[in-house]
Amino acid sequence: MTGAPPEIPGETSEAKSGTTAPGDPPSWRLTLREIVAGNVLTAVLALVLAVIVGSLLVAVTDDEVREASKYFFSRPGDTVDAAFDAIWGAYTALFQGSVYNNRVDDPATAIRPLTETLKFAGPLILAGLGVGLAFRAGLFNIGGRGQMLLGGAAAGWIGVKADLPAGIHLVVALLVAMLFGGLWGALAGFLKARTGAHEVIVTIMLNYVGFYLVFYALSQESILQAPNSANPKSLPIQDSATLPRLLGDRYTLHLGFLLALVAVAVVWWILNRSAFGFRIRAAGENPEAARTAGIDVGRTYTVVMLVAGALVGLAGANQVLGTVTSGVTVDLDAGIGFDAITVALLGRSRPLGILAAGLLFGAFKAGGFAMQASQGIPIDLVLVVQSLIVLFIAAPPLVRAVFRLPAKEAA
Amino acid sequence: MKLELRNITKRFGSLVANDSISLTVEPGEIHCLLGENGAGKSTLMNVLYGLYQADEGEIVLDGEVQRFSGPGDAMAAGIGMVHQHFMLIPVFTVAENVMLGNEQTGFAGRLDLDASRARVREIADRFGFHVDPDRLVEDLPVGVQQRVEIIKALSRDAEVLVFDEPTAVLTPSETDELMEIMRQLRSAGKAIVFITHKLREVREVADRITVIRLGKVVGEASPSASNAELASMMVGRPVELTVRKDAPKLGKEALVVRDLTVIDDTGHVHVDGLSFEIRAGEVLCVAGVQGNGQTELTEALLGLQGRVRGSITLDGKELVGRTVRQILDAGVGFIPEDRQVDGLVAGMSVAENLMLDRSHGSPFTRRGSLQLKARDEFARRMVHEYDVRTPGIETLVGKLSGGNQQKVVVARELSRDLRLLVAAQPTRGVDVGSIEFIHKQVVATRDSGLPVLVVSTELDEVVALADRIMVLYRGRVVGIVPADTPRDVLGLMMTGETPEGAVA
Repeated sequence: MTGAPPEIPGETSEAKSGTTAPGDPPSWRLTLREIVAGNVLTAVLALVLAVIVGSLLVAVTDDEVREASKYFFSRPGDTVDAAFDAIWGAYTALFQGSVYNNRVDDPATAIRPLTETLKFAGPLILAGLGVGLAFRAGLFNIGGRGQMLLGGAAAGWIGVKADLPAGIHLVVALLVAMLFGGLWGALAGFLKARTGAHEVIVTIMLNYVGFYLVFYALSQESILQAPNSANPKSLPIQDSATLPRLLGDRYTLHLGFLLALVAVAVVWWILNRSAFGFRIRAAGENPEAARTAGIDVGRTYTVVMLVAGALVGLAGANQVLGTVTSGVTVDLDAGIGFDAITVALLGRSRPLGILAAGLLFGAFKAGGFAMQASQGIPIDLVLVVQSLIVLFIAAPPLVRAVFRLPAKEAA
Repeated sequence: MKLELRNITKRFGSLVANDSISLTVEPGEIHCLLGENGAGKSTLMNVLYGLYQADEGEIVLDGEVQRFSGPGDAMAAGIGMVHQHFMLIPVFTVAENVMLGNEQTGFAGRLDLDASRARVREIADRFGFHVDPDRLVEDLPVGVQQRVEIIKALSRDAEVLVFDEPTAVLTPSETDELMEIMRQLRSAGKAIVFITHKLREVREVADRITVIRLGKVVGEASPSASNAELASMMVGRPVELTVRKDAPKLGKEALVVRDLTVIDDTGHVHVDGLSFEIRAGEVLCVAGVQGNGQTELTEALLGLQGRVRGSITLDGKELVGRTVRQILDAGVGFIPEDRQVDGLVAGMSVAENLMLDRSHGSPFTRRGSLQLKARDEFARRMVHEYDVRTPGIETLVGKLSGGNQQKVVVARELSRDLRLLVAAQPTRGVDVGSIEFIHKQVVATRDSGLPVLVVSTELDEVVALADRIMVLYRGRVVGIVPADTPRDVLGLMMTGETPEGAVA
């Protein structure tokens, strides 16, 4: 092997002398590429920044801090102490509510928050994988909500209406959820492949269509609505179709989390070890080159959206068959369809990154309630921190500027 | 204005991009800066233009040491730059672009467009440019857009003009016009720095030549030096510029194209009733000014064009109507004209790009699963055989230089079981050393008994490689002529005229 002459910055443009304007990808494909290509450091720093800004918000909105700030100039220490107490209290509560509650003596009770975190993380990971996989193919899947609703409602329909033996019942319900979510996603991929319809617009619109379809199903007794009820809600899921609890009845953690872990492994294999994943990445990074290399890009779009939708549909089933088994409602997605976008972004669309991001957001969900209960901090603040993470991730130059990182070399 | 660069050194981390470079450009002189891609020419000019700060050394204009903290300072001092990639706003008019960054305004910030128009007309008249100040830049041909860049620099009273690889985007006739413009600017007393790696252009206009290699000045050359001398200075070893090849051993007709017509989505006809054939063991070069249907022809051969009429047969098998996958499997090797867009996935590794068009079946996939070991072994072998200079097979292909990127494409295509090679602009944006290598590979492919179609807008390349030359104009064949046809005849044919007796 010969030593390579290093590429000299500032001269790289010469290599592009053949590039012409019409071939330039739309700028937002570049944005997507930058997000996907962003390094771990940027994601972590975005998180750090978001937590810092969140701390300031906690301090500013805290009553005692505001009380103390009235005499800030005579005794500034009081304000600082109060602010520190508020921030410390908030993050302690977040920790106690999401990982380990050291205020109770019984270790079995003390670890309950951790199991809650895992429970919340399950669907976030599944849906995050669905969004992230589509990202890797260069597609913005904003249709998580619709795919989750369709998948969840389909799972509920099997769970409520079908009479099957235990075990088989659950498997069938999960498969049907994947089928429905997958078809709902594939529809957007297919339309893009065939007509060039932009997947962002199509998936957003399919969210509405999906919502009202499920709403309709829930208001028809012949389909899903509970008999003799005026509410758009189904009967509870039959026991034979529920996801079994993993750690006994003391904890609500159910099989869904393990499904999510399996999905992480499967998606990792698809992306890194399968020919299909190779084509996904090629089509996502450079569709023109992929087409020239004989890859059917349209078909790749359709199939990747099928798989992505199936993963998100599985997240819906996770909710309906595991977390809230009292019956299907139109709120079954609980905002996860959109949170999944954040999870995928924070996880940089890598399966292991999505696993980590899903766990973090699961902890936010579990701990947010504790923060509100023990410290009186509005749960909205947790949402603000989540949103700030996305904002910082979507603006890598901002993070680099704040931390004085060198600008990324022009590749 | 006299420009002096004294001992300029610019480092990027541990890399020394410019190592104590000194350069003097007198008024009324065209000074060529010659060097391969990555030699440090553009870095030096970016230092001059204030985009980078030199770590050592100084910039001197008419005896005064300058300190530039940005392009604004450089412009104010009288340095104008014509970039390789135009810094124009396509939806603005010529006059608006020329005033951009230097706007003259009237009451309440009203733009004084009339003044800018007058300025454009005045400069255009003085140098004989034909530019309408009210045309939108996006409607202008590339050569005219470049003239707008020149006007923009001149409108700020630039005395030193830097042309950074100005001919990369131009057709041969536009290049000739640019050379003429540069000569006029020289007579007007401007100091001109002309950066390029094309030897023919250097010899045509340069008064003095400075050759740069690996960030250092390796010497001055006189414009009367031969191409071979200049090339060996640039590369640092003797370079063979002419392609050595024996007479072709022609076989049967392998590729037969009949009445091929390609129409785009808007109904525009790009290729119009094309008929030709290539025999086994023969190179047919397609010559023509860019945009006369060459791109569409090669894309049609590969099945990338939607609306194709006529027939393309390879060894008797019809290719029209098949998918890209099927055509690749039929043994068509394809080197696309723009490797960055169509040839490579910049964000994937060298190894992954080497299997880009083989993501199905053996040896790289089995039952849907990638065979990493086979892939990596293959990649290591290709990197060695094709002399791809890369830190490793896991390196992202986007990090390689143009020549090495192109070698990855060539290696990938030639390593398949081919029955036809289609090479579009195979050496565009590629350094001299790699050009030599790629040309040898093309000839070797032909000598192995394959039909080869080469598309090139560089007449040198066409003449060097061809056994026969087909000249295209507006999607039609002007003529198919022998390889020894004189250049001026070819040049005439490229404008659509058929000289008497030229067509074989």
